[in-house]
Amino acid sequence: MKELLTATLVLGLLSVFTMPAQASPEEDLAKLRAFYKNRFPNTQFSDFKNGVYSIDADLRSQWEDIEEFPPYELNLEKGKTLFETPFANGKTYASCFPDDGIGIAQLYPFFDSNSGKVITLEAAINQCRAANSEKALKWKSGPIADLSGYMHYTSRGKTINVIIPDDPRAQKIYEQGKAIFFAKRGQMNASCADCHINYAGNKVRANLLGMAIGQTTHWPSYRSKWGGMGTLHRRYTGCNKQVRFKPYKAQGPEYTALEYFHTYISNGLEGNAPGNRM
Amino acid sequence: MRHTARNITTTVLSLATLLGALLLTPFQASAAGATAVEKGKAVAVNRKKGNCLACHAMEDGTLPGNIGPPLVAMKARYPDKAKLRAQIWDATAPNPNSIMPPFGRHRLLSEEEIDQITEYVYTL
Repeated sequence: MKELLTATLVLGLLSVFTMPAQASPEEDLAKLRAFYKNRFPNTQFSDFKNGVYSIDADLRSQWEDIEEFPPYELNLEKGKTLFETPFANGKTYASCFPDDGIGIAQLYPFFDSNSGKVITLEAAINQCRAANSEKALKWKSGPIADLSGYMHYTSRGKTINVIIPDDPRAQKIYEQGKAIFFAKRGQMNASCADCHINYAGNKVRANLLGMAIGQTTHWPSYRSKWGGMGTLHRRYTGCNKQVRFKPYKAQGPEYTALEYFHTYISNGLEGNAPGNRM
Repeated sequence: MRHTARNITTTVLSLATLLGALLLTPFQASAAGATAVEKGKAVAVNRKKGNCLACHAMEDGTLPGNIGPPLVAMKARYPDKAKLRAQIWDATAPNPNSIMPPFGRHRLLSEEEIDQITEYVYTL
């Protein structure tokens, strides 16, 4: 009983993490890293790329067992085939990307100064298709997840390096993504930050809440819940539904801005997509 | 505790039946009270309703979350039952940052369900 009451007091004193709107991306990043270092002193910074598996040994060993024969292997094969198969005009995806699209996923999403927009890797895939007179792929699962998964696979081990340039348009999108991350929403009145910053490492029923840094590093992912691969925006959709919020459109301005902020805060960590998750 | 209450209620009801309609009315209140606690528990553990175990350890509930404090010694923590109800209705009123869903304000539960859940939680 005494222990329970002590736990109650400790939780009652838990302070809420805030990021002032006027702070620069660099300041946000430093503050977040310091926060997680303090919360999880036994986790090496580089290990945060593994999400909850960096803070729970039992879950980690189960996950590592599955990684011996990862469920996304078939998707990687499909993605590679799609990537290398020429369009009707004879060109391939490689023609649309720097370095022929190999080992470049860690640079996405990026701010495109010509259009003034942030471009995610999935958006770039469909832009490539449009430029080659091919129909757009659906955003959340299927071929786009396989393609993106394969492209990320060729970037495994490369350090996430999302750049927020000194351009007010880019800063504005970053701020929008940050605001979305911290805003309470839905009938459950929860923000991304509530679960993935303030209560990261706590449990909702038996589910361990992961940290906001090292989350995008392993997307797209194969989820056993889905029985297949899905994109990051598919996961955002699920998160928003869980708090009973009507999801934004995949690859719309809101989730794109969110991905820009959310991926930026994983800068310095290695990409390890595709992931496999429950 | 509740079992004892139920036994008493049963006895009371039997007596009331024997004593006839005249005495039944006052005893109905206690029968309804016991039912509210049971209904409250059903609402509390229902994943689509209160889903209290998502965040709180509670009685014999398995695999509780640990986002919020364990629901114990509730009478000591809330001498005023109305304050407990208000906390369930909208935990963000005293603390806007609270992660606890505002069950009343956002109509996650009906007023009646909040009454029932309050009765149940108050027994913990």
